[in-house]
Amino acid sequence: MLTYAATRLGESLIVLLIMSFLVYGLIGLMPGDPIDLMISANPDFTAEDAKRLKAIYGLDQPLALRYWHWLMGALQGDFGYSRLYQQPVWDILWPRLGWTTVLLGASLMLTVAIAIPLGVLAAAKPYSALDYGVNLICFAGISVPPFWLALIVILAIAVPFQAIPAGGMGAADADLWERARHLMLPVLTLTLASIGGFTRFMRGAMLQALRQDHIRTARAKGLSRLRVLTGHALRNALLPMVTVVALSFGTLFSGALITETMFSWSGMGRTIYEATLGNDFNLALVGLLTATGFTLVGNIIADLLYAVLDPRISYRDGGAQGEGGG
Amino acid sequence: MRSFSAALAALALAATAFSASVTTPAIAASSERLVIGISQYPSTLHPSFDSMLAKSYVAGMARRPITTYGADWELTCLLCLALPTYADGTAVDEVAEDGNPGLAVSYELKDGMVWGDGTPITTKDVAFTWQVGHERETGIDAYELFRRIDRVVLHDDRRFTLHINKRTCDFQGIGDFNLLPAHIEGPIFAQGASDYKVRTAYQTDPTNPALWFGPYRVAQVVTGQRILLERNPNWWGPAPYFDEIVVRTIENTAALTANLLSGDIDMIAGELGLAIDQALAFETRHGDRFQMIYNPGLIYEHLDVNLDHPALGERAVRQALIQAIDRQAISDQLFGGKQPVANSNVNALDSVYHDGVPTYSFDPQAAQTLLDEAGWRTGPDGVRAKDGQRLSFSLMTTAGNKSREQVQQVLQAQWNAIGADVAIKNEPPRVFFGQTVSQRGFDGLALFAWLSAPESIPRTTLHSDQIPTAENSFTGQNYTGYANAQMDRVIDDLETDCAPESQTQNWQALQSLYARDLPAIPLYFRANSYILPKNMRGLTPTGHQYPSTLWVEEWRLAE
Repeated sequence: MLTYAATRLGESLIVLLIMSFLVYGLIGLMPGDPIDLMISANPDFTAEDAKRLKAIYGLDQPLALRYWHWLMGALQGDFGYSRLYQQPVWDILWPRLGWTTVLLGASLMLTVAIAIPLGVLAAAKPYSALDYGVNLICFAGISVPPFWLALIVILAIAVPFQAIPAGGMGAADADLWERARHLMLPVLTLTLASIGGFTRFMRGAMLQALRQDHIRTARAKGLSRLRVLTGHALRNALLPMVTVVALSFGTLFSGALITETMFSWSGMGRTIYEATLGNDFNLALVGLLTATGFTLVGNIIADLLYAVLDPRISYRDGGAQGEGGG
Repeated sequence: MRSFSAALAALALAATAFSASVTTPAIAASSERLVIGISQYPSTLHPSFDSMLAKSYVAGMARRPITTYGADWELTCLLCLALPTYADGTAVDEVAEDGNPGLAVSYELKDGMVWGDGTPITTKDVAFTWQVGHERETGIDAYELFRRIDRVVLHDDRRFTLHINKRTCDFQGIGDFNLLPAHIEGPIFAQGASDYKVRTAYQTDPTNPALWFGPYRVAQVVTGQRILLERNPNWWGPAPYFDEIVVRTIENTAALTANLLSGDIDMIAGELGLAIDQALAFETRHGDRFQMIYNPGLIYEHLDVNLDHPALGERAVRQALIQAIDRQAISDQLFGGKQPVANSNVNALDSVYHDGVPTYSFDPQAAQTLLDEAGWRTGPDGVRAKDGQRLSFSLMTTAGNKSREQVQQVLQAQWNAIGADVAIKNEPPRVFFGQTVSQRGFDGLALFAWLSAPESIPRTTLHSDQIPTAENSFTGQNYTGYANAQMDRVIDDLETDCAPESQTQNWQALQSLYARDLPAIPLYFRANSYILPKNMRGLTPTGHQYPSTLWVEEWRLAE
């Protein structure tokens, strides 16, 4: 398994290198550079000003050369400065990575904690009123646009109950309770928006597990309905669920753009978006690569978890093999 | 699904009704703290880099320019005792070092001014600021101002003279000469100009009191989120009313209003808040709880015409187009009549405004006649044509800007009615400004706005040497391609012939030429919408690029 993990890590590094080139190139292909944007906003900006600033920031150099300079710096640990914040890129990204992880981690935990029982309940009584009710909630959660959901949450909760903040993250020196108060509505919004997908997945996995022969055998042995559900079906249904959660690992670090924007939460999604629009090459690039990197790591973890949780899968000789040696 | 959607809609209505039922007028809680919502976060707090409105807004409370335009649109001294004039000998013509006509202007700083750490503000700070700005490698925005200043002569701690190598008539204002604390920034700048931008204390230690000298000083910065300002104990002017002011950034305007309703913020700044249509919608539902102020200003909404277009290059066609649109109705219907129709690029509130320019009222019949006389005949498809060229063009603006998209619909319909074929073609702001407009890639009309200072001479947008081309790397902002020798001469004279009567004549000539030639079709001047607590007093919107926060010490709550 170690060989397999090392191989996957090596592949991931190559993917990251290719990604860095593609992302840098794509951002560079977007019309206008930072100085063009300054020109368009200020009628007093002279041609001399534009030429001077482009030369100072190296924007008069070919894109490939700029990428090469960036790559050489990055390999030596210098990822450059953010144009939007005038700070080293990692000074901007580290705290945001933390805030995004807190927000999405809390939401993911809450989502899983609610989705699993809901999915099990719906699968236990398929095509019943309960199942239809759960499905209705799921489809609504999937269908409702997050920005609208966020507004409704603010209007329905923060306006009447003013102790719950409508947005922001509190003061720089805010205590844990203050942070938690600011976290309530964005976590609620994200949870409501994502609970549907997880519940539907859990329901499907449970329905499939309940159709297995060993479940029929367990029932024939006279085990209680609860025991069959939790002791036999749930354990099998959780396997694919664990994989889905592991795959969600990457999204913990890429952020939730709309929710972060609506609640003024300084997370990765909002930062990458602003950096891209603001032509902040370094910040956008490193932000996207970080998100990509964590997604790749999440994929590797998911693959490894397959082998840990399902004894039929092993990674001998650097490749995945089923029980039959295929 | 339908039932759930209905339930959600009911929930939304209930929430809205609940919020609407809380009809208590919004009263700012106390003098302890005022929380202001704005929609942009400043990229840096250094006064000379990355000019943006969010920074001007925050900096207005914590520092002051030497000169500025007041709410009355008159140039005024904030840090100096008087503006230099020829009459009192504080402005004197001289020969510059390069032999060209130059100018020496003298200022005297007010007595008793100190930085936030108590260090006196002196001419040493003036000299240091010039040194930073004059160094090309520093990369400040207003380099042109400092390039023009050959040297600074210090007479004593308060009096100094700037020797300027270009004689222009706008010499009195030095609003971009942003004082820097030599005792803090001096040693940092001495380590090198090229990376000073990232090493400055405004970046590394923004809560250092010595950086600020306004009624407030920056006390806490949460990047991208909020800036806390506290009273500056060393401020020499009238004491401000609020102990603390928090400026919070909420980029989404729907969230901005929701935060206002929830009491998370006390007010929304007009400079960086809601568009007028959003403010009007908000007023309809919650206006009784807040104090709404609509202030028309210098944001000039217009249609740049690409004069290379075969049809639009004809002046008669442009004059017909402006007569075919009902700009007053657009303002009344879409903007509640709050945005005055523009007759030229100069606002009626500006001291240089000329009310004798040609004006164009809504007269589609006259527009048709004008086109007929110019040889544009209606073809079988209902579109006019001349010499095989159809009167067909695109109308572009920034995608996603609801106000502009609504205006586009009206313009398209009214121009169709006189036989013009108009195709709406919008692009994201980044593409629109970054490429299409700046490289003159629009095939017809481009709808956008300019923001400028009062009495601003429009060289960059109207002089023929400012037309962006591949040869000049697309610099210059004369996007229409307007080239008129008479206009060039007027602009040159405006900059150099400072006699009052000449100034008046040249401003009148400029506006008349603009209104006659219509290189751009004027629409209206945008209004800023301020949403304030009911008991807020003393906030006077300026309507120009200098924000209302420059007079923050006058803000207070009615007892």
